[in-house]
Amino acid sequence: MKRELPLFLTAVIGIFMILSFFVPHQLVSVPADFLQQCAVIMVAFGYVLGGANVLRVNFDGIYKQKPGWIYKIVLVVALIATVVVGAVEGPGFLNPGTRSKWIYDNIYSNMSATMFALLAFFIASAAFRAFRIRTAEAGLLAVAALIVMLGRVPLSNALTGWLPEWARLQTVQEWIMEFPQNAAKRAILMGAALGVMATGLRVILGLERSYLSGED
Amino acid sequence: MSLATFFEKLDRRWIFLAMGLLVLFPLLFPLALPLFVSSPVASFVKAVDSIPDGSKVLMSCDYDPSGIPEMVPMTRTALRHLLDKKCKVIITVLWNGGPGLVDKVVRKVVDEEYPDLKYGVDYVNLGYKAGDEAVMVLMGQGIVNAFPKDYRGSDTRSMPIMRGVRDYSSFPMLVNISSGYPGTKEWVQQVQARFHLPMVAGVTAVSAPEFYPYLQSGQLLGLLGGMAGAAEYEKARGEKGSATRGMDAQSLAHFFVAFCILLGNVVQWTKRRRAGA
Repeated sequence: MKRELPLFLTAVIGIFMILSFFVPHQLVSVPADFLQQCAVIMVAFGYVLGGANVLRVNFDGIYKQKPGWIYKIVLVVALIATVVVGAVEGPGFLNPGTRSKWIYDNIYSNMSATMFALLAFFIASAAFRAFRIRTAEAGLLAVAALIVMLGRVPLSNALTGWLPEWARLQTVQEWIMEFPQNAAKRAILMGAALGVMATGLRVILGLERSYLSGED
Repeated sequence: MSLATFFEKLDRRWIFLAMGLLVLFPLLFPLALPLFVSSPVASFVKAVDSIPDGSKVLMSCDYDPSGIPEMVPMTRTALRHLLDKKCKVIITVLWNGGPGLVDKVVRKVVDEEYPDLKYGVDYVNLGYKAGDEAVMVLMGQGIVNAFPKDYRGSDTRSMPIMRGVRDYSSFPMLVNISSGYPGTKEWVQQVQARFHLPMVAGVTAVSAPEFYPYLQSGQLLGLLGGMAGAAEYEKARGEKGSATRGMDAQSLAHFFVAFCILLGNVVQWTKRRRAGA
């Protein structure tokens, strides 16, 4: 029963949601709306569960003094402080002038942007050390990548602006993006869509059970 | 020590330093490189221009602070574009890290450039709702139903801007600015395909190739790709914003990465030729 009930619920709700896409009648649409609202509420509960799990895992790490436990203290203190400040300030906690807004603007926002900004440096280093052209296919990929990368920026306009329009880097870059890249991407999208449909059907039919307890 | 060995043993911190200087220099001393508006950006501008003046437009800003350099300039320009057309803008956010940032951007644009506009009458920020695609579908059953409170905690039903807004059929277009999941792909699959809502999108440079099939099929009426797309949008609108300034830095950074790829391979070829000899 522990396995059969979730499988049954998945199958019934899965078939029902597919049906709701094609049948606009209120006999189907009203329960489908209700299920959508349930999904939204469950996702919200997922955040609570996720927060509790972060605390559990990190408290455990701190208690057992696992490697890097000192950073876990920073994480736990930051998490609890942010939640407490937000809870004390109540609705409108992110309005200008609040402490939560200060934390968001001066800590979270800057750290998040900094993490992303570091990418530029690591991409340059990886380009120098890891982008090896060893085969004809890799050569083709590198040439296309270089044209697109350079053609996307205005410096290429300045450097190739004297050439006829068809030979300018921006024109060649646009052609690569609109035709060879587009054709390949479309094929990948169609393949992925078929894969998603097959996986969805396997889940509905109970053939794919890994979401239950990790079994195949 | 040969030049190839020197480069092979080069400390990567020199590469970091070179990249840092190449980004910093044009930000301090702008190069004013020439910008041209590409066809996906021109289509974006044309699509937004085609929205009837005074319409209510849905704008979903799905990003967080990691996407500031690319997403914020697009948001600013698109918001100005819509407000110049006297459109009433209804803003949503589907990223949990984004509402504070989006609110700040919207407030700054409106307070500094459109001080006569009133919150809840001419524009509203409905804020964040957890649920990703489920929220998109839920909005199709009723916008107020999905967002009973706005970002500031006010009741959306009582807002003048929400009068007459039922579902997606109340909007002539969706303007989506997105830097990942949930974002443009999900809006196309869940909303454009299902509710036939015309839409335009602004996305990160790294994800832009993914959306060209949607652009070619007409599911997206226009596309802004990364900071370059944002800068071209600014140029098309006659603005000189942060994306235009950032493109000089991005130009040098792209050329430096290309140089690193070529140099790294030349060093390897030289090494292999020597080893073969």
